[in-house]
Amino acid sequence: MTAFTDRDLDILRRLAGRMIPASAEYGVPGADDEAIFADIVRTLAPAAGTLSPLPARLADAEPDAADPALRPILTAVMLCYYRDDRVLVSLGVEPRPPFPKGFEVEEGDWSLLDPVRARPRLWRDAGRM
Amino acid sequence: MSDTVDVLIIGAGASGAAAAWSLAETRMRIVCLEQGDWPRSDRYASTTRDWEARRMGEFAYSPNTRRAAADYPVNDDDSPIKIANYNAVGGATVLFTAHFPRFHPSDFRVRSLDGVADDWPIDYQTLEPFYAENDRMMGVSGLAGDPAYPPKTCVLPPLALGRSGETLARGFNALGWHWWPSDNATASRDYEGRARCINLGNCGGGCAQGAKASTDITYWPAAVRAGVEVRTGCRVSEIRCSDAGRATGAVYFDADGVERFQAAEVVILAANGVGTPRLLLNSVSRAFPDGLANSSGLVGRNLMFHPCAVITGVFDAPQDGQRGPDNWLWSHEFYETDPARGFVRGYILEANRGAGPAQSALAGLSSGQVTLGADHHASLRRVFDHTVGLVAITEDLPEEHNRVTLDPVLTDAHGVPAPKITYRISDNSRRMLDHAVARAGEALRAAGAHTVRDVTPLATGGWHLMGTARMGNDPARSVVNAWGRSHDVKNLFIIDGSVFVTSAGVNPTCTIQALALYVADQIKARLASLFD
Repeated sequence: MTAFTDRDLDILRRLAGRMIPASAEYGVPGADDEAIFADIVRTLAPAAGTLSPLPARLADAEPDAADPALRPILTAVMLCYYRDDRVLVSLGVEPRPPFPKGFEVEEGDWSLLDPVRARPRLWRDAGRM
Repeated sequence: MSDTVDVLIIGAGASGAAAAWSLAETRMRIVCLEQGDWPRSDRYASTTRDWEARRMGEFAYSPNTRRAAADYPVNDDDSPIKIANYNAVGGATVLFTAHFPRFHPSDFRVRSLDGVADDWPIDYQTLEPFYAENDRMMGVSGLAGDPAYPPKTCVLPPLALGRSGETLARGFNALGWHWWPSDNATASRDYEGRARCINLGNCGGGCAQGAKASTDITYWPAAVRAGVEVRTGCRVSEIRCSDAGRATGAVYFDADGVERFQAAEVVILAANGVGTPRLLLNSVSRAFPDGLANSSGLVGRNLMFHPCAVITGVFDAPQDGQRGPDNWLWSHEFYETDPARGFVRGYILEANRGAGPAQSALAGLSSGQVTLGADHHASLRRVFDHTVGLVAITEDLPEEHNRVTLDPVLTDAHGVPAPKITYRISDNSRRMLDHAVARAGEALRAAGAHTVRDVTPLATGGWHLMGTARMGNDPARSVVNAWGRSHDVKNLFIIDGSVFVTSAGVNPTCTIQALALYVADQIKARLASLFD
């Protein structure tokens, strides 16, 4: 299996960091953070054969989310960034899988149905065959 | 094994499961061949931290993305809507959102009422007891009294409204439009050995809780206990036929890749609206040179999806995010035909939860609501947990040029030709989509959304596969009769979405299963003269 070269990894790290930079305001790392970037590289490894060599233009250009060539990288960056504990906690999300704990959803105000209950029927009588 | 079984069912999904369970009481020897395996709920997406990534990979809706051993490729390049399916015991119910609306009575009489397409040879009242039986077997949550439907009872209480539901309800109420908690085959309370929903969200990645009624945990355990045999990893390549025009059984590749033949007195096809015509077209014989049961030339034709639009609203107030069942509320305000709208037939709007953080980012980047660079964090936080959607499911009318054929080049791992999809969205559907996007936007804004976006048509929305072996009384204009038996082959039945005459404007699984129970009931009632 083809692997990313050091040059590819340098371009990829700089690109990821520009896609999602660190933020002091939100207390989160950038996507070029060591642990997150390692996850990104692992995720993209099966596609290294088709992505490598990465174009030099990616090293410094502003990333364009609409660029089809960026799609696999963009997808990997988002999937890996948003499963990092530090990032999830900053979003108010418990860093855990949904199962088995699950989540609470409020029952809601069923009196909102009252005006609908008062409506005449909407369905048409189609008769019998 | 080549000894003759009484009934051979091909496909262990929504319809095959229901029919197997119903027929089991006859004590006939029943075998079901399924190309996939039994699902493992402990391996579903929501059991791991990388659940969002797994939804896009091993649990992707498209077989062309999953490329699992159980999958066959589909050439859908010539269709703006791509095929979605799942190959396992339970079929697509493993990944469906369990939204479970019945057809309306008018859906069976579209020619008589609206002058388009064809009437079904059966009506709502015919299916009503089977809808009710299916609701009990699947454990459907809902609320009686919906003015969009004839009176019916509900098995379990409705799923919680949540913040997102309240938000949408206020929007619909402000406009004076219909809404109601959906019928959903997700258990709101513990039911028949299934634990109640704990709001994992992410229903499309399989329900690790077992609250969602995939048929591997509803019909199949009961059918297997009653003696039905399910053979997994068995991919059927063709149905063999005698010169006298009777189905003799099916050729299949077993889990070891060995080609085998299973003889049967009755063959029931339950392989979905693409898989079933694929098998029929690949079953060529002296008696049926154009494909089995295809004297009408309609096998594979009249393919219907439901062209969908996803309309999302972003709110200042926090919503439920991805927490909770995906679809739990509907509006039938624009379901019945109104000529003033500029199209015939109608559509449902169904509530759609938000997404996880990664999916929120990716969707936001596509729509322009989330940016890259310094503003990324702020822009993501504006949409994440603040988004609620509506999905418009529009009725797709049958057109013969929309079809499934056999691809001349592409094959599955066993060399069986892959299905090729040729499909165009009709002008009527496009007008309906435009109307739905506009109305859904009004509802979301009335609910307080400050930003509304849509994805129209939803390219990945080819979940509902219908019409490719239609039901009817005229053998020249249909493939099966009013009780699912092939006009051409007296011991061949079709029970999946292929037999739909029209698509209605709602999710089809509930009706697919009611039809399967109905056909099974007809078989049981007619056993003495089944092949006459």
